[in-house]
Amino acid sequence: MEKRKEIFPFGIPGHNLSEIEREIPNDEPPAWPVNDQLKEVGKRVNRIDARAKVTGEAKYTSDMKLSGMLYAKFLRSNIPHGSITSIDTSEAEKVPGVHGIHIITKNKEDGMVGNEYPEIKYVGQPIAGVAAESLSIAKDAVAMIKIEYDPKSFVIDLEEAMLPDAPLVFKEPIQRQEDGGDVGVVHDGSKGQGNLRGPTTSSFYGGPRGDLEKGFAEADVMVENTYRTQVHTHMPLETHGVVIDWKPEEMLVYASTQNTAGVRNELANYFELPKSQVRVICDFMGGGFGAKHSAGSFGPMAAILSKKTKRPVWLMIDRKEEHLAEGNRPSSIQTLKIGAKRDGTLTAIQQKSHGTAGVALGAGVGRIAQILYDCPNFKTEQYDVLTHAGPGAAWRAPGNVQGAFGVEQAIDELAEKLKMDPLALRDKIDKSEVRKVERSRGAELFGWSNRKPAGSASGIIKKGMGVAQSCWPRFVTLNSSIEVRILNDGSVEVRGSVQDIGTGTKTILAQVVAEELGLKTTDITVRIGDTLFPDGPGSGGSVVTQSITPPARNAAYEAKMKLFNQIATKWETEASKLEAVDGFIIHKDDRSKKIPFKEALRGMRTSQISVTASRSNDYGGFQQPWGLAYGDLGSVQFAEVSVNTNTGFVKVDRVVAAHSCGRPLNMSQLESQVNGGVIQGISYALYENRVMDKGTGHFMNANVDQYKVPYSMEIPEIEVIIVEEYGALSSTDAYGIGEPANIATAVAIANAVYNAIGVRIYEIPITPASILKALNKIYE
Amino acid sequence: MSNEITISVNGKSETHTVEGRELLVDFLRERLSLTGTHVGCDTSSCGACTIHMNGQAVKSCSILAAQADGAEVTTIEGLASNGALHPLQEGFNEEHGLQCGFCTPGIIMTAADFLQNNSNPTEHEIREALEGNFCRCTGYHNIVKSIQYAAKKMNA
Ligand code: FES
Ligand code: FES
Repeated sequence: MEKRKEIFPFGIPGHNLSEIEREIPNDEPPAWPVNDQLKEVGKRVNRIDARAKVTGEAKYTSDMKLSGMLYAKFLRSNIPHGSITSIDTSEAEKVPGVHGIHIITKNKEDGMVGNEYPEIKYVGQPIAGVAAESLSIAKDAVAMIKIEYDPKSFVIDLEEAMLPDAPLVFKEPIQRQEDGGDVGVVHDGSKGQGNLRGPTTSSFYGGPRGDLEKGFAEADVMVENTYRTQVHTHMPLETHGVVIDWKPEEMLVYASTQNTAGVRNELANYFELPKSQVRVICDFMGGGFGAKHSAGSFGPMAAILSKKTKRPVWLMIDRKEEHLAEGNRPSSIQTLKIGAKRDGTLTAIQQKSHGTAGVALGAGVGRIAQILYDCPNFKTEQYDVLTHAGPGAAWRAPGNVQGAFGVEQAIDELAEKLKMDPLALRDKIDKSEVRKVERSRGAELFGWSNRKPAGSASGIIKKGMGVAQSCWPRFVTLNSSIEVRILNDGSVEVRGSVQDIGTGTKTILAQVVAEELGLKTTDITVRIGDTLFPDGPGSGGSVVTQSITPPARNAAYEAKMKLFNQIATKWETEASKLEAVDGFIIHKDDRSKKIPFKEALRGMRTSQISVTASRSNDYGGFQQPWGLAYGDLGSVQFAEVSVNTNTGFVKVDRVVAAHSCGRPLNMSQLESQVNGGVIQGISYALYENRVMDKGTGHFMNANVDQYKVPYSMEIPEIEVIIVEEYGALSSTDAYGIGEPANIATAVAIANAVYNAIGVRIYEIPITPASILKALNKIYE
Repeated sequence: MSNEITISVNGKSETHTVEGRELLVDFLRERLSLTGTHVGCDTSSCGACTIHMNGQAVKSCSILAAQADGAEVTTIEGLASNGALHPLQEGFNEEHGLQCGFCTPGIIMTAADFLQNNSNPTEHEIREALEGNFCRCTGYHNIVKSIQYAAKKMNA
């Protein structure tokens, strides 16, 4: 590919904005200036799909109704560990309206002996499925399946699972888990003993570095503590599920998923079908937060039932099943030891962690400790502990939220020991330029200078302020393509498999294409979430914006140039002399020569111009053999809390969240996502907790009423600062914000609680009981 | 046990024979294909299924279809009149009161009832009115703003 040179904006407006020259492929568009010189991009544009959502017209997977459709229901285990000795479906089969029953059996490849059913390893494990004419009939039939178990002893508690005589969850080595866990780390399930797997000694940024002993020897001050985080579930308002119609020529799948292409690949692989014969559609979906990347067990179950009955099958799981079996954020017990010199310079960080993702892997927490601050000597050992509980899954910034809870409290403790302001210490040890700006802009808006010494507040209700930081890699999915079609009636269509999980992907695609074509966002039709169109990224790891908006802009640019070529011939000029602005195509040298965009298209030779473009390497060439993630996004969050020292009740009063995401594409959408990330952080810090009964292995609060989540009254004032930051890395230079929004909140709250009461709480959720215990007002 | 019931839904009379155990939400979604009313839980805690029955916001997952016999029901699909969005629907669009949108119909129906009784609410009153509606995505702030937008518009 021929290359040319372009000058790009580079740096942070209002701080260090400059320019940089990059070599870019010749078929990619010229550099955009900073946002205030653009018309659609960076603006508070309304969501293009909001109308469908406010009128009830939006069809989610659970709303799909195909002709002849059956409704399916799972039978799930109600014991945590054991084998199934018999399953009798004869009564269930007789229920009028039942059309098909499928029992899950072990695959032949598993080389199993003596028992054809998989071993039960947690309460809620799927065993069988029934398809019937209505959901109530399917439920009735499920209740009539007789099942006998040979129960075995089990272990739920992380620390008990580590004891030498604990019941084993897996006797055999287990595979790495594809879906979930700390980012970029391969969890090796074959290493370890008993229920312990690991240690993982690396994170996304490589392995240990330096010499710990030497580092600690050089330290003037040391902080060493243990931090604990709970298991919590994703709780998207729409549960997991699919509607599948397995026709002879094609398997048609409607899925509530964060990854249509991934689900297609999984099902094609599972049933040994060519990818071309599986089509996955997700037009609207009701939230995922990391849990909805795969076809799960409901995908294959619905497909098999559809094949058996020759009818479409609807299989959405219910709220309880969602809690039990479709993902959670693993717990952690982290020990951190940090050494520093008197001026704050870090000399060594040692981290050791154990966490449980139930029957799955992925409880690592190492990345934040490894990367957030400069420190020459570092070592981490992260263990997965298997327990008889539902599998964990990626949960908004996997591993990082837990990791930050330890690291950012330890840094707070260090600042206190060094008699430094927590922000001043971070100014010293944090090399990130964008976080420096976020600290200063955030501190000013928040009023950090009003912060009082820890525990100095008087009265029964004590106020406190805390701060915490985070980072997140700029992951790019290079296998990201999108098609832009300009039709001869003047309409423009964007097509891809990438899905909008609610964050606003449809809208930013329309904005980017509109900007390039000189049109309005509302002029663009966006059809995505369909594997009939070019493959896009999964909506996880905050990869979507940076992976799919550059190819969208590039495709629009190429399509525009094709159109310009046709017009240029007519106008006897060159395509490079034309530009598209405000709905017109204009001759740059003679601006009176112009034609409305729509009209220009009427004269087209073919009825459409269609261009598919794919994500290329970042400008600057930062691609590595393993993929692409150049540099980190940064965030700093401030929290103010009130702690009632009589009741132990903590209320978050205010949060200021300062974030970067490259070139912001839509301020309103970004703010909304940050608001959402912050409340999930508050919820993690104060409310949510999966409560397991150790005696029965059951999840006791698997619903919406006892599983505590925040409603409108629990929400503090939230102010969002988005720091524009140009890196000249792609044609849009824009990044996602989903994960970063969620990382620092819980620990900022923990630091604020400490500042309020002068006693540190090392475990979340911080409940009234934990506050009163910390204040020695109640005893265990 | 089956009963023949008649419910007026969005101004249209609907007569169906229903099972005794059939929930109103299933009646609306399955029989009438009014899928804008969503289901998010089975403990009547999330509010995704909120509709109006005889002018009052109720959670349609906690009412039997048979109990609604003779009632007037409005769902999100019946809120716009003659193609013109209800001020609340407009508000949620203008103020980004949604992300995934799964909670939105229920919240709009709750808010529509609330604004009928309190046309000039404070922010605190709005938040109190929303206590039965769960949103996992937005952080509620823009939802509150959307309702304020509608209140202002309806008072204008
Ligand atoms: S579905 Fe009715 S309250 Fe949740
Ligand atoms: S917008 Fe997703 S639950 Fe409210």
